[in-house]
Amino acid sequence: MIAPVVVTIALILGYPLYFLVRLSLQQYGLFELIRHQGVGVGLANYRSVLHDQIFWHTLVRTIVFTAANVALTMVLGLLIALLLVQVSRPVRVLLSSGLVLVWSMPVVVAVQVWYWMTNFENGVVNYVLTQLHLGSFEQHDWYASTFSQLSMVTLLIVWGALPFVAITLYAGLAQVPPDLLEAASVDGAGAWMKFRDITLPILRPILLILTSLSIIWDFGVFTQPYLLIGQSKVTPGNFLMSIYLFEEGYFKSDYGRGAAISLLMLAIVGVLSIVYVRRMVRIGVET
Amino acid sequence: MKSRQLGWDALGIAVFVVMVFPVFWMISTAFKPNDLIVSLTPTWIPLHPTLDHFTDAIHRPYFWADVKNSLIIVCVTVALSIALAFLAAIALARFGFAGRKLFVVLVIGIQMLPQAGLIIPLYVVLARYHQVNTLTGVIVTYMTFVLPFSVWTLRGFLLGIPKELEEAAMVDGSTRVGVFVKILLPLMGPGLVATSVFAFITTWNEYIFARILLNDQSKQTVTVWLSYFYSTNRHTDWGALMAASTLTAVPVVVFFLLVQRRIAFGLTSGAVRG
Repeated sequence: MIAPVVVTIALILGYPLYFLVRLSLQQYGLFELIRHQGVGVGLANYRSVLHDQIFWHTLVRTIVFTAANVALTMVLGLLIALLLVQVSRPVRVLLSSGLVLVWSMPVVVAVQVWYWMTNFENGVVNYVLTQLHLGSFEQHDWYASTFSQLSMVTLLIVWGALPFVAITLYAGLAQVPPDLLEAASVDGAGAWMKFRDITLPILRPILLILTSLSIIWDFGVFTQPYLLIGQSKVTPGNFLMSIYLFEEGYFKSDYGRGAAISLLMLAIVGVLSIVYVRRMVRIGVET
Repeated sequence: MKSRQLGWDALGIAVFVVMVFPVFWMISTAFKPNDLIVSLTPTWIPLHPTLDHFTDAIHRPYFWADVKNSLIIVCVTVALSIALAFLAAIALARFGFAGRKLFVVLVIGIQMLPQAGLIIPLYVVLARYHQVNTLTGVIVTYMTFVLPFSVWTLRGFLLGIPKELEEAAMVDGSTRVGVFVKILLPLMGPGLVATSVFAFITTWNEYIFARILLNDQSKQTVTVWLSYFYSTNRHTDWGALMAASTLTAVPVVVFFLLVQRRIAFGLTSGAVRG
């Protein structure tokens, strides 16, 4: 009973992976798709990708983008978690319900709402910023430059990711023994010292997992940038890795090359989150 | 001390307002008459709410067809995945078997693959078996990412159940199947519900696979339907778009609120694609 199930799952998960590796070593375009047969070309796809200037530009852009997203998510998430501890009970219930509400918003819905709020004609963001006297934002187009476009995507991603990070860290903060904090206070420790020497070390494992997960998600993010920037406005000048992969592999119907790009991405993500992977495998092998 | 507490509370409320504002704005716009929507000075809460945008949205072409598709895909994917994942989780949590480590690496590894990357081999394989543009193809595809996280989360829940309970039952003469039905299944109830609902939400929200695999508008899912909403007409009908967004979000929000507390644990102990 158990063995066939494990084998079935291994097949459902393993076959696409196996096929991905095989595709990456083949010339596989529309013609091959109809013929159901690729032509082996060795490492040519990898060579072609690694010689593509766009690949390197996109990679650097994506790494900077990922670093900004992960840093913002983790710092703001931690601050909100600490805030949840400080506020009184009714405010805590209010804030955490709000976080759960945001958490459950489908990405495609969030993109539409973002697009509406930042619309240059009558978007509410321009109105509020102008009213707050932060400058004149009437008719300001938030999608005019690459930096501005990606900043909007970052805001959207961080907004969507904050609830998960904040709530998980808040749960982790419950593990900090109050007596320990009190004892430290008696010994004359300030708020910052208590945070650095007691809270942070206890949160470390959770922070590590959350950071790794955020790296994995943000490095490979597709739906938010693709829909928010808009299909017609994505260009090599504002590509992120997943969009590059999508345009090269799927849109141009060069599946072999696309497969090579996704395996390169897997390798990069694997390196960036090696700590997480090793930890998860170790946990998974325990019974 | 008192004023300090007030300060924290004020900050907490400010964070709440900023975080929830987009959701509020979506709902508020959905109920607003058109002249208030396009006005340069926004109205925060419509005093004379209208349901016109909602009637408009549900009467758009393919809305009901796509809702039906989404429901079919979600139900089948979740049922199949949870059944398979539960048995696999038992295997992982309770038995040693050959290739166990490889299995764990596979479950974790596939979740690290960018979704846009996973679509390529799946597309080619499905094309080979003529399953592009069919719901079956999408269901198999969705299982590639619902299965790993279900296995992982359920395994976490199983580890919370002491092995001694099962061993005691075995000593008392229960069969393996008896132990499964009488002990594991009832104890795992909450975990199974939580994991299923989470799988429901992930599947309902999924966009890119459905977008690529389903070409006919009558065969698409709700999220794809929503993503085409503004590209179909040049002057965006914001009211209808926000009403449609609200409708798409409602089932997910309801389910999410039901299980959020239970799943928080599973999320930290495993990896879930968000």
